[in-house]
Amino acid sequence: MGTEQEKRDYLDVTGNWLHRLRDWIDARFPMTKLWNDQVAQYYAPKNFNFWYFFGSIALLILVNQLITGIFLAMNYKPAADAAFASVEYIMRDVNWGWLIRYMHSVGASMFFIVVYLHMFRGVMYGSYKKPRELLWIFGMLIYLALMAEAFMGYLLPWGQMSYWGANVIISLFGAIPGIGNGLEQWIRGDFYISDITLNRFFALHVAAVPLVLLGLVVFHLIALHEVGSNNPDGVEIKKRKGADGHPLDGIPFHPYYTIKDICGVILFVAIFAAIIFFAPGVHGLFLEPANFEPANALKTPSDIHPLWYFGPYYAILRSIPNKGLGALALLMAIVILFVLPWIDRHPVKSIRYRGLLYGGLLMLFALTFVVLGFIGMQLATPFWAEIGQRFSELYFLFFVVSWVYSKQRSRLYMLIAFLIVMFVITGLDAISWVSSAAALKLYSWLIPLAYSLIFLLLPAFYPKLVEPKPVPDRVTMK
Amino acid sequence: MSEEIDTSKRHFLTVATVVVGSVGVVMAAVPFVSSMEPSARAKSLGGPVDIDISKIEPGGMIKAKWRGKPAWVVQRPQTALNELPKNDALLRDPDSDEPQQPAYAKNEWRSIKPELFVVIGICTHLGCSPLYVPQPGDPSVGPTWPGGFFCPCHGSKYDLAGRVFKNVPAPLNLPVPRYYYASDQVIRIGEDPKGSKSTWTEPLVW
Repeated sequence: MGTEQEKRDYLDVTGNWLHRLRDWIDARFPMTKLWNDQVAQYYAPKNFNFWYFFGSIALLILVNQLITGIFLAMNYKPAADAAFASVEYIMRDVNWGWLIRYMHSVGASMFFIVVYLHMFRGVMYGSYKKPRELLWIFGMLIYLALMAEAFMGYLLPWGQMSYWGANVIISLFGAIPGIGNGLEQWIRGDFYISDITLNRFFALHVAAVPLVLLGLVVFHLIALHEVGSNNPDGVEIKKRKGADGHPLDGIPFHPYYTIKDICGVILFVAIFAAIIFFAPGVHGLFLEPANFEPANALKTPSDIHPLWYFGPYYAILRSIPNKGLGALALLMAIVILFVLPWIDRHPVKSIRYRGLLYGGLLMLFALTFVVLGFIGMQLATPFWAEIGQRFSELYFLFFVVSWVYSKQRSRLYMLIAFLIVMFVITGLDAISWVSSAAALKLYSWLIPLAYSLIFLLLPAFYPKLVEPKPVPDRVTMK
Repeated sequence: MSEEIDTSKRHFLTVATVVVGSVGVVMAAVPFVSSMEPSARAKSLGGPVDIDISKIEPGGMIKAKWRGKPAWVVQRPQTALNELPKNDALLRDPDSDEPQQPAYAKNEWRSIKPELFVVIGICTHLGCSPLYVPQPGDPSVGPTWPGGFFCPCHGSKYDLAGRVFKNVPAPLNLPVPRYYYASDQVIRIGEDPKGSKSTWTEPLVW
């Protein structure tokens, strides 16, 4: 026995039939090459932490949604007079139907939890920055497709909240001047949300959007594997390569991260199963009580709000007592995430080295998003409307401060930024001034004031607070 | 035959192919986009409906369904009609200047006969159906409440002529549909009175 090639030839004749099958395929389709390029020889930074679980878990949920969705579609009827009953039929009469349906409905909420954590990871470690801007944009497009998918899927059970939630969202398109009414009618295919609307939402939910989603996921992964993964240190591992041409700080995705991700998956599945079996509705959060009543076009439920994952945007929409501007603010809240790579242009990627105040800024942004989500689920009382307005301001202020923090700024610049922000916010208050709600407005004014004081005025006098720390050359293992 | 490649000709042909192809794509898209418009059946089901008003009581309301929307007929007592002008200063559009009603309903009461108010019960904010709260000072809305329609979703308020108050999310008055008296006892919703030449097409917001 001599060279490798001879060993191989020998095996081909005498050895493992599986090897021979592999070689037969490889001569006709790049199976081994794809596996190596994308998995076994894909070098990922060795310092991935807990936050890097969520990408693979999101992929797992996508598969879960596709499979459970196909089986639900076998028994579901997309017709106004049959949809509600067919969901009950799945729950009661179809073998294991309840499990498949809960896997799908809980899966939808878990999808958003995981995607929000995945996105926050990206923001924390600056994973949207050069050269990963397109990766981020593909991710945002996935998020957008996911929102469309969830919105249309929620109409299908044809309950009261399905119906009226869809009514609210579709009527947002009516805010577009000129074409609003016509556009609404085109989306519904009728003068109101009817059997026709349900039927087309079903088609879009089970065929059109999933296809778009799958395509975008492929694009997201191709872009990721082209530029390589970022990491908690925000260090480009491709800059330092060993003699073998592989990054010194990189390890092959398989077996290292496939094994790691399996641990994450086990943990996730345990939580997922616990929710499905013990509290599939999560106290009206994942499955809303109003949705156990069939849709009725003539009776509005006393409180309409979308499912929790749209809560933050719904709070922003409601915070402005003007339909057109409210819809515009909602749109802006999503669009601004797309252009985040061009708002935060600071050369340091990771939160670890961005300085003290930036860390606080980011944590407060996460908190703002959660608080807005909570407000979106509350009744539209004057108190919550006002608090919603303040936290909507904080949501957008995050991007303003991120822009300001992109470079080292002079004291004068920071002072002017502070004054402009407070002038705009106070001006908005003056425009929407109602004497009957004056006290609340004045007290809540302290919220953006405190925010601007801490993040804009404070660093004007203590620039050390926003000074980045030195970024190491190599990744660190904490 | 010249050996040289005429790149400008190639460029022209590429652009021409893209342009012609794009026109083809747009034209091919027309049937698909158009198929999502309301179908002939949806349109015919959206035809006018008749409401029998012979049994309506003062202060009472009759609810009907037209194009899947709640169409209401409210009998307003004279006392309530007298109160309407007092709201004017608090309203966004007291004179109904926005085209939220056909011309024959653009008056103080926003109706053909003052006492009978015909309206589509859909909030112009985000399409919820407001509640009919005729009692002034009703505790569910507040002590300053003059009586009218209150939307529980986002707190929009309208007076008894469906005119929207200031400082609420709803931008426009409640829409008044086309209607006429087919007889003394029957209101037909969805059609203009015979002989009326209204140029009004649709409310801005349903």
